[in-house]
Amino acid sequence: MSANLVAFAYLIASVFFILALKGLSSPLTSRRGNLFGMVGMAIAVVTTLTITKNWMLILACIALGGTIGAVVARRVQMTAMPELVAFMHSLVGLAAVFIAIAAVNNPVSFGLPAILPMGSKLELFLGTFIGAMTWSGSVIAFLKLSGRMSGAPITFGGQHMVNLILAIVMVVFGLWFFFSETTNWTAFATMTAIAFVLGFLIIVPIGGADMPVVISMLNSYSGWAAAGIGFSLGNPMLIIAGSLVGSSGAILSYIMCKAMNRPFLSVILGGFGSEGGAVAA
Amino acid sequence: MIGEVDPTIINLTVFVLAVFVGYHVVWNVTPALHTPLMSVTNAISGIILVGAMLAAGPAETDWGVWLGAVAVTLAAINVFGGFLVTQRMLEMFRKKDKKGS
Repeated sequence: MSANLVAFAYLIASVFFILALKGLSSPLTSRRGNLFGMVGMAIAVVTTLTITKNWMLILACIALGGTIGAVVARRVQMTAMPELVAFMHSLVGLAAVFIAIAAVNNPVSFGLPAILPMGSKLELFLGTFIGAMTWSGSVIAFLKLSGRMSGAPITFGGQHMVNLILAIVMVVFGLWFFFSETTNWTAFATMTAIAFVLGFLIIVPIGGADMPVVISMLNSYSGWAAAGIGFSLGNPMLIIAGSLVGSSGAILSYIMCKAMNRPFLSVILGGFGSEGGAVAA
Repeated sequence: MIGEVDPTIINLTVFVLAVFVGYHVVWNVTPALHTPLMSVTNAISGIILVGAMLAAGPAETDWGVWLGAVAVTLAAINVFGGFLVTQRMLEMFRKKDKKGS
């Protein structure tokens, strides 16, 4: 398929995604909305398949993942739904990290220059750290919701200071990666590792009662991660769908907070609403 | 326009507009649909599958391709699982509605 045709198909898929989100806001149109989402995804995947070479391998992987996903979706208890969603967010985050690593490893195969330009490095940095945080945060959310880990908020003294220092160190390594002339794996790997740790630390102090909002927030993160990867690969489909998910997910978290009468900021920042956390515990 | 526009600027334009669409499209959601909406948003974030396919796509096979293949599998779990779970949730809704009326 020509590049123009691909971009056009991506546009159509994007419209379907918008219709899907819109449809899900009213019970009358919700089922059709979900169908629109599936159609959009099918268009996006088939279109992408025409521009990849290893389509046998890719189809096999889709078949494998699709089967697992379908079985899990069928078997899961309705009450276990939130933890399933949390589990699936972690997959998106991890996939984003893997794609970023592959792009750093072999930029040429993604149509990027062999020596990554600074812009791409910045985008890869964003996509990777958001993806890594989404992964570890979602894993904690999953463990808490499924009762494999206590739902009580885990707090310790100087928690916010630790998070802040880690975030600064992560940005420093990001800058090192950014300004290195060759591919600086040390900086990239350290930065990614810190992002994983940050994801754990940010979600750990949030109590079980606030988890639905947190899942919705992580949903938003996974969207931003996809958009970040989209920027580095110059892929409009990833940018559009990623930012749609990112912004609608953030708004949905806000709406859910309102509906449950929870202060939005303290839920998001975790641990700041310590009195709220105590109630949740 | 004068000269060529940098692709990054075009991407940024697309990004900002899509953020606004996402912002406006969910404001009127009925409370009962919060969870299904979250679930369908999750399914759509499976769009990362497209990136994963590109990572697994190159003809010369190195470990990056295999990493991409793993990413394709993970993303596919999310896409199929996400949409099917949403469908199950909405199915439940319909039954409830029928009982109610």
